[in-house]
Amino acid sequence: MDVSMNVNGQSQSHDVEPRTLLVHHIRENVGLTGTNIGCDTSSCGACTVHLDGQSVKSCTVLAVQASDSDITTIEGLAATAQADGSATGDQNWHPMQEAFQQCHALQCGYCTPGMVMAATSFLKENPNPTEDEVREGLEGNLCRCTGYHNIVKAVMSAAGSS
Amino acid sequence: MIPAAFDYKVAESAEQAISLLGEYGDESKLLAGGHSLIPMMKFRLAAPTVLIDVARISDLSYIREADGHLAIGAMTKHFELETSAAVAEHAPMLGHVAALVGDPSVRHRGTLGGTIAHSDPASDLPAAVLALGGTIVAQGPNGSREIAANEFFTGYFESVLAPDEILTEVRIPTGTGGWNYQKFNRRAQDWAIVGVGVADGGKGISLVNMGSTPVRATAAEEALASGASAADAAALAAQDTEPPQDNNADAAYRSHLATVLTRRALEAAGVA
Repeated sequence: MDVSMNVNGQSQSHDVEPRTLLVHHIRENVGLTGTNIGCDTSSCGACTVHLDGQSVKSCTVLAVQASDSDITTIEGLAATAQADGSATGDQNWHPMQEAFQQCHALQCGYCTPGMVMAATSFLKENPNPTEDEVREGLEGNLCRCTGYHNIVKAVMSAAGSS
Repeated sequence: MIPAAFDYKVAESAEQAISLLGEYGDESKLLAGGHSLIPMMKFRLAAPTVLIDVARISDLSYIREADGHLAIGAMTKHFELETSAAVAEHAPMLGHVAALVGDPSVRHRGTLGGTIAHSDPASDLPAAVLALGGTIVAQGPNGSREIAANEFFTGYFESVLAPDEILTEVRIPTGTGGWNYQKFNRRAQDWAIVGVGVADGGKGISLVNMGSTPVRATAAEEALASGASAADAAALAAQDTEPPQDNNADAAYRSHLATVLTRRALEAAGVA
């Protein structure tokens, strides 16, 4: 069936099977591969994107459920910051992306797009969190490399700068 | 993992959902947030041939203060429960428990009506609604009916909902009696190995993952009502339950957990 949605500010219409998962739609039909597939069982958060501004696990949303909605993926995050004037650093990135780089909040990088998307959604809901609240807020995103400390530092840093 | 193929229909209203259920019968399932149903479909534990999307029925997403209760539309998301000022004021336990489900991204999608209709004995919100003495409103081809939460859950993932009925509203009596919720698990995001909800100063005590449905700890409730201490009442919490056995815990361990968590919950709720 025909599914239309706005992905990173661009209208996207594709003919998709109803059983197509949003993450597969984004990667294979829209062609944006920054959103990763990790556990595929809504545990790890590697596939986190924003659906109408809120973080969701795109392995557990059907593309048809996201029809007529606004999707933001990691590829479109910097543009949202550039649009609202919060972009920062040499690369003109979203403050969360800049904070992840400055705090070395990644090693292999696989969880990073999902972490950044979950963290930006979290800060919208809780702009001045405690460190404990950051850890709770990211409980749905798993990283097997960093031990989380630098990720938490990055989120605290981004909270301070925005 | 990709679910088995199905047809996708959008219901714009409860009436249209009921009519589609009538048209497609047993092979169809209502889809709300999908955070229980879609994983089951990916594992091929469920393979409905028609999904009827009810999440777009905006008329079913609301939190209203009514006479003596809070009326919550079935499509209200967990995130809305945990951030609602009305829930915090009139049914604080419900907001607290909503915030313990899954993780924030899951709570952006999961709905109260969906989790109640799914009737998973290991889920937090069905047990919370049970302890709080909630009422479930279901609509079918012949109109609406009200079902006490006590009478709603009938078995493992089963409820009294008829195949052509849709859960439209959950009503929670407003109250400020002492409450507490204990969720025992080993990892973030996990379901409770055992959970205990205490509402209204101990008048309602419910147990998570202690049987094929969320259950009331009736013996403990009755003991408290007859003047027993919290510790003595809690010792009866697992009476007449049939707890499951799985990789996390055997039945005896779950029974023990139920008594310990009930005592903790009662004490935290200010029940002496």
